[in-house]
Amino acid sequence: MDAILLQILNGLDKGSAYALIALGLTLIFGTLGVVNFAHGALFMIGAFCAVTLQRILNLSFETVDETQTDFLGNPLKVKTPYVEAWFGPEVGGSIIDWAVPLAILFAIPIMIGVGYVMERGLIKHFYKRPHADQILVTFGLAIVLQEVIKYFYGANPIQTPAPDALNGVMNLGALIGMDIIYPVWRVVYFFFAVLIIGGIFSFLQFTTFGMVVRAGMADRETVGLLGINIDRRFTIMFGIAAAVAGLAGVMYTPINSPNYHMGMDFLVLSFVVVVVGGMGSLPGAVLAGFLLGVLESFASMNEIKSLIPGIDQIIIYVVAIIILLTRPRGLMGRKGVMED
Amino acid sequence: MSEFDASRRRVLKTGAIAGAGVALPTIFTASSAAAFTNEPTGGTVTLGFNVPQTGPYADEGADELRAYELAVEHLNGGGDGGMMNTFSSKALQGNGILGKKVEYVTGDTQTKSDAARASAKSMIEKDGAVMITGGSSSGVAIAVQGLCQEAGVIFMAGLTHSNDTTGKDKKANGFRHFFNGYMSGAALAPVLKNLYGSDRTAYHLTADYTWGWTQEESIAAATEALGWNTVNKVRTPLAATDFSSYIAPVLNSGADVLVLNHYGGNMVNSLTNAVQFGLRDKVVNGKNFEIVVPLYSRLMAKGAGANVKGIHGSTNWHWTLQDEGSKAFVKSFGTKYGFPPSQAAHTTYCQTLLYADAVERAGTFNPCGVVEALEGFEFDGLGNGKTLYRAEDHQCFKDVLVVRGKENPTSEFDLLEVVEVTPRAQVEYAPDHPMFAGGNLGACNPGA
Amino acid sequence: MFGLDKKDTSMLIIVACLTLFAPFILNPFPTDSAMAQFNAGYPDLMQRFVIFGIFAIGFNILFGLTGYLSFGHAAFLGAGSYSAVWMFKLVGMNVIPAILLSVIVAGLFALLIGFVSLRRSGIYFSILTLAFAQMSFNLAYSVLTPITNGETGLQLTLDDPRILGVSATADGSIPVTSLFGLEMRSTFEMAIGPWAFQFNVGYYLCALILLAAFYLSIRIFRSPFGMMLRAVKSNQQRMNYTGLNTRPYTLAAFVISGMYAGLAGGLMASMDPLAGAERMQWTASGEVVLMTILGGAGTLIGPVLGAGFIKYFENIFSKINDNVLHSWFSFMPDGMEDALVFIVHPFIGKGWHLTLGILFMLVVIFLPGGLVEGGQRIKGWLSRRKAKDSNTSGETNPAE
Repeated sequence: MDAILLQILNGLDKGSAYALIALGLTLIFGTLGVVNFAHGALFMIGAFCAVTLQRILNLSFETVDETQTDFLGNPLKVKTPYVEAWFGPEVGGSIIDWAVPLAILFAIPIMIGVGYVMERGLIKHFYKRPHADQILVTFGLAIVLQEVIKYFYGANPIQTPAPDALNGVMNLGALIGMDIIYPVWRVVYFFFAVLIIGGIFSFLQFTTFGMVVRAGMADRETVGLLGINIDRRFTIMFGIAAAVAGLAGVMYTPINSPNYHMGMDFLVLSFVVVVVGGMGSLPGAVLAGFLLGVLESFASMNEIKSLIPGIDQIIIYVVAIIILLTRPRGLMGRKGVMED
Repeated sequence: MSEFDASRRRVLKTGAIAGAGVALPTIFTASSAAAFTNEPTGGTVTLGFNVPQTGPYADEGADELRAYELAVEHLNGGGDGGMMNTFSSKALQGNGILGKKVEYVTGDTQTKSDAARASAKSMIEKDGAVMITGGSSSGVAIAVQGLCQEAGVIFMAGLTHSNDTTGKDKKANGFRHFFNGYMSGAALAPVLKNLYGSDRTAYHLTADYTWGWTQEESIAAATEALGWNTVNKVRTPLAATDFSSYIAPVLNSGADVLVLNHYGGNMVNSLTNAVQFGLRDKVVNGKNFEIVVPLYSRLMAKGAGANVKGIHGSTNWHWTLQDEGSKAFVKSFGTKYGFPPSQAAHTTYCQTLLYADAVERAGTFNPCGVVEALEGFEFDGLGNGKTLYRAEDHQCFKDVLVVRGKENPTSEFDLLEVVEVTPRAQVEYAPDHPMFAGGNLGACNPGA
Repeated sequence: MFGLDKKDTSMLIIVACLTLFAPFILNPFPTDSAMAQFNAGYPDLMQRFVIFGIFAIGFNILFGLTGYLSFGHAAFLGAGSYSAVWMFKLVGMNVIPAILLSVIVAGLFALLIGFVSLRRSGIYFSILTLAFAQMSFNLAYSVLTPITNGETGLQLTLDDPRILGVSATADGSIPVTSLFGLEMRSTFEMAIGPWAFQFNVGYYLCALILLAAFYLSIRIFRSPFGMMLRAVKSNQQRMNYTGLNTRPYTLAAFVISGMYAGLAGGLMASMDPLAGAERMQWTASGEVVLMTILGGAGTLIGPVLGAGFIKYFENIFSKINDNVLHSWFSFMPDGMEDALVFIVHPFIGKGWHLTLGILFMLVVIFLPGGLVEGGQRIKGWLSRRKAKDSNTSGETNPAE
């Protein structure tokens, strides 16, 4: 029983990342009608916002310590971060320690900016082009973005730990009298994802801006005829979608050390999630994200692996095939969207 | 179009005349004028450095490439000579190889067997490389080794740790300096026994492909021989990034040691996840829970950050070694690039020197001569103590390092500390050991 | 000629000339010159050009004509490769049975996947094919290792049975692939002054098969069947309303293009007897999509150009290193040389992905019809310059 509960938690956690990326993809697709293959790259850039902030906070000056030597036998240069020098080791150290949560503030403007530039500079010109062209150009962009990151940060994973206070484990089962040990940061990640998803939904549901956007998603032309500048709003939505992907990336860094190709790793999966959820459906994307996450976790249980060897390798795809064959437009897809 | 046609015809005509006049060297066929594939005829010799430049192992590939460039510099008499000065064989003069200046071409394996073979083939067919070396994974090493055997050039493997490279997939033209899964097991097991006792229950998480399997087999066999019990061996998909769902079952499995047969990004993530789940603070069966990473690399340890502290593993070489060869290598590498070399850099540097030395001693670039010179070659001064290139399987036998993640690193390179240097005798095995059986070295192939 | 109209015949002849004289065309620079780095006329790369050309031509029959975007075509290429290598292992080193088997196996595999996937259209179809291909890849890499040899790829060994051949040659090596004794790897090298041209048996076999494949694809494009497929692309619903069941047509196109992929896979294994699992990965499927779109989807020659373009960058640009750069710019003053090397450095060697990505974007942004459109624009520009008043730019639309 514990094992199953644990795997549900793991699944929800994986699902959070899938759902956040798929949510952004669907937002872009639903508003702008663009298939964005660079969305994984936005997730990756978000993660590297955290890495960058960590690097900035760790900017150091060097003092020569004659008593120690470096690997070549020269006197050792000891590095002290400026932050520690300014605020004292105590405060400075804890600022550095909280780099990842701080990176949220750092990432939001950057991601919105990246999204804005991407939409205005490139995507805008592709609204009327076939989906195949959109795929090709955004895929090219994804490659360029990840290669630029690789050029500056290398190919190896970069460690970006969570703050010490959030680094341990907690017993989630204490309330119900069970013993479910789970990492604190993963719980944080899950609630963060729920918060963001809730935020996006209420934004679309309860604000005028959101209402207009929803109307635009349903019928762009009519809204335009009503004299509403729908394009500008869609640009903003692109920025928001980029920010969602970026924040998902920032918060993901302590779970797995980010590397330059993490975006590509998530790209295919997130497309499967979006399509299984049904093209153009936001709730569908979120639902499919969590569903696939949980099923993936179950499939990696030893009991199930011993029944069907290798099932954890293919579970996502098996589920996708079954769902698409039984429900023509995924879980909650709209008719006529991306069907030709 | 018509203009083009005329000039083409002219070319064809000239070609026919020229063709009749000169001897026609053909490559890859038996009816050839050259004695062997890509026999260097001018004043230079070309080596092919085939390393991952894109994909997850790109940084490791970059470090290998740095070492290759350093080795070429030293072979051509530049720099401070590095390990050429400490190498026990004194055949190399610093005037290239057999008096020919060493040149090199580079390529990208992409860590895919197909791409690696394409790259190696272009080096052989287009650039006339007489030796191919490099790689950062066993699949690639085995694939390229097979190609070099067919083409008739020497392959000096880079970082490849699978037993199969010099086991069931060994080839006469291929040589491996790096250690392997069996040696990791043999070196680690006694240290683990001293540290954690002989009454332990191990849980294996293994990357689900051939390298992972051979290492899992090796480590399980070595630890079980000490009295450890293996409770479960779980295969994880190569593409997995989040290992939480594989780590969670460990908690209640009754195991008190987790062995991570992962490398690269897999290792960084699985270790990070294992530490996240608090495995290191757990007490099972009255014993502290322990994690072991059998194949360590400093570059990967960096990715896992503080999580590696106190975790044991094995490695081929480490820059903190204090023998003359290692010191000389670290000095010339560090002076040139500003940071200490990785084990991948070390093994590729050694391989280049060993190849050059073998050619020098054989007096020919002919692969069969080189094979003969390397088989059973015993040397010292390359950082691993007395080393033997065994004739039966072309595997190097040398001391293996057991290392541990350092608790208080003094710099970003100072991540591992050497716990024990396991003597060569302890990691040796018979050429027909079951884990290595099934292969056939075949005959050396000079091509042509 | 061959039942083609004049335009198609001349295109076929152009392609035939290009492929047959590729060893010359692709080796324009003398062997010892600094520009020799850009020569592509060595057997392995020439073989890859035509093999991926075949793959892309086949893909275009599905995508260019019906508009169905398959994201899993690499699975058929992989299946073809594995079957060919198994033929070499079990039966013998002749390439004919291996290629035949690979086409048949890929065709059956395509029939199975196509039958299921074609129940959906649009992106749902794409994801279904992607799912099948990724399943094949993941299983080939792990669970199916006894059949595929997993990570390393399926290789020949000295103790394969090879019932119609020998397990090992007299001098103890693995026999090589051949066409009735004519070795695929044997290469005739011709030196003309500073140039060296290589004529490889395997390449010419591939080239002839490419021509056949290209011819077949022209015939399909021009046939009533091809017309039907185009009708599916423009409006499938209308087709259905007229009471016509389009499924058999699309399925046939899917299977044909799967067989092309299998043929490419079989040829690949015949040239170099190894079949790696990564041939089935989604990136490989994506690559053929890129080749087709980059070259010009729906055009006859576009996919071949796209295939050549991508393979050229992969194999030539990845091999340029700083050393080579320095030798190019060595005639300049030191400071300028270093500056130039510094500027070019990120785009070559390990940065070849970056160059490729930038070129993808440039081509799609400025040439919506792919490389074919680029060619047409140049042609149009040239002819406009010749006869300023004549209006010729619109005369060659892509075959779509």
